[in-house]
Amino acid sequence: MYQSQTVIGRTLAAKDAALEDCVWPADALHAIPDWVYTSSAVYEKEIEAIFHGGTWNYVALEAEIPEPGDYKRSYVGPTPVVVSRAEDGSVNVFENRCAHRGAEFCRHSQGNAKEFVCPYHQWSYDLKGNLQGIPFKRGVNRAGGMPRDFRNEEHGLRKLRVTTRHGVIFASYSERTEPIEEYLTPEILADFDTVFPGKPLKVLGYYRNELPCNWKMYHENLKDPYHATLLHSFLVVFGLLVAGNKSAMLVDTVHGRHGTMASAKSEDKYAKVSEENKKEMRSFHDGLSLRDDRFLEFVKEFNSPWSVTMQTIWPNLIVQREMNTLGVRQIVPNGPDSMIMQWTMFGYADDTPEMQRHRLRQGNLMGPAGFLGLEDNEAMKFVQEGVRRASTATNVLKLESGKLGTSDTLISEAAIRSMYAYYRQVMGFSVEHA
Amino acid sequence: MMSLPLAYPERRIDPARAIALKLEIEEFNADYCAVLDGGQVERWPEFFTEDALYRVTARENAERGLPVGLVYAEGRDMMHDRAVAISRTQMFAPRHMLHVLGNTRVTQETEHGEVIATASFLLLQTLVEGPSTLHLAGVFHDRYARVEGALKLRERQVVYDTAILANDLVYPV
Repeated sequence: MYQSQTVIGRTLAAKDAALEDCVWPADALHAIPDWVYTSSAVYEKEIEAIFHGGTWNYVALEAEIPEPGDYKRSYVGPTPVVVSRAEDGSVNVFENRCAHRGAEFCRHSQGNAKEFVCPYHQWSYDLKGNLQGIPFKRGVNRAGGMPRDFRNEEHGLRKLRVTTRHGVIFASYSERTEPIEEYLTPEILADFDTVFPGKPLKVLGYYRNELPCNWKMYHENLKDPYHATLLHSFLVVFGLLVAGNKSAMLVDTVHGRHGTMASAKSEDKYAKVSEENKKEMRSFHDGLSLRDDRFLEFVKEFNSPWSVTMQTIWPNLIVQREMNTLGVRQIVPNGPDSMIMQWTMFGYADDTPEMQRHRLRQGNLMGPAGFLGLEDNEAMKFVQEGVRRASTATNVLKLESGKLGTSDTLISEAAIRSMYAYYRQVMGFSVEHA
Repeated sequence: MMSLPLAYPERRIDPARAIALKLEIEEFNADYCAVLDGGQVERWPEFFTEDALYRVTARENAERGLPVGLVYAEGRDMMHDRAVAISRTQMFAPRHMLHVLGNTRVTQETEHGEVIATASFLLLQTLVEGPSTLHLAGVFHDRYARVEGALKLRERQVVYDTAILANDLVYPV
């Protein structure tokens, strides 16, 4: 629900803490303080230290801008940018703010242009963001105009560093961000390359939704394999994931900031759930079956032991491979209590028509109306309301306590622990003395 | 994936016949909305033919010819499965939905008795302790078949203008 539709919308001062009051509880590995989700000061610092810091932010797929002049609106953190392909084939990313008076000049979500012209005073920029022309630069009848020392090259659009990996475009505000292959780290890169082996992609369409929750919760939810078989009874009933399936929660071994939630579907379409496990799962429904179960079929198209890999790539990208339904999700943080999710669903250019339809049918699992997607969105909304409005202030993170990094049990919170260990360091938060 | 034209379709039907069909379609949609707004989601597939296509998608997808659906059902069985999943297994906050339809426009009746029509809709959502909010606005692009004398949907493409959806879409539209 949008901010304007929130009935009790005020955040208590204790939850909207100033940075100097943000000290992590002493048992830091096993606790998350509510203020990480609710403080405006923390949010502001995240934009500076994370999204505008030494990170690679997903901005687009090359398949969306194949031709010179193709462009797309996008975001780095909450900052609007334009992703553009120039005449020389290069991909360029610059802020969507006219260098003159600040207008967000690019208004179409996608298109093709020879140049970008700000509609306000018609300053024009080339496809790389360089200032080309200013109307009446020398004035009219020798009156007015720009001063003699005005240099176009000093007034271009703010440009970001750009890198690509197999058709995926990333941007960074920092000159120090390491090469993308190094940034992703070996294990994460391997699963990334499974989805993006370098063959041409075909965009199937977009979803966009606002989630009334803090952006970090989306990462946490996909680093939390514990919830998968409990919240999503659909997964369990139809055998897509059962506690006990071959699965892993992989964490990058360098920083602990990226992750891959991976599982392998059993050969049977419907799961066998032991009586003992059933008792632990209140949401389990026995005896439900589908009239049309085509959408649960898994076409083995990848050389991977996993049928599902959900990758959380710090700070703003989710790579979804849920069997044969593929997508990237771009997180756009929108204040501490809200985030926008931009989904781009795709297949491969060489898909048969039947394979494309299979991906579309299977797409019912994910997205804002997906059988799994909508439950996640609801749960995260509940958490944001709880942490923002309640008088208590701490989350408990004790499953597989003490452990950080990759885990081979679903009943673990080790990956969330790793993410926050990294986060504390990047944000410079100190820990309370025990 | 979209067999119906999204852009303004010219009317190709006799006005008197269009008025008669419009009344029939308005009656049909009143029942369709009453079922959904009344919380009877498992009866929703009854409004479709066995082989029907149902898709909910953003206008940006429809205009670019992109096939993805927020909801994408090929056939009544897929709709049935969705309806059962929603009513019996899915977790979401309780809510009431209210459809308001208008501008029913019948543009064509084929020699096989299929009827092509559009109707605009507003979908309101009310959560517990919440205001009623405009959740989705758009147009139904419909193709009706006549089954034993009654209208059934062979295709309903729900194309919404709402660029950013508030959190999620639980029930069919």
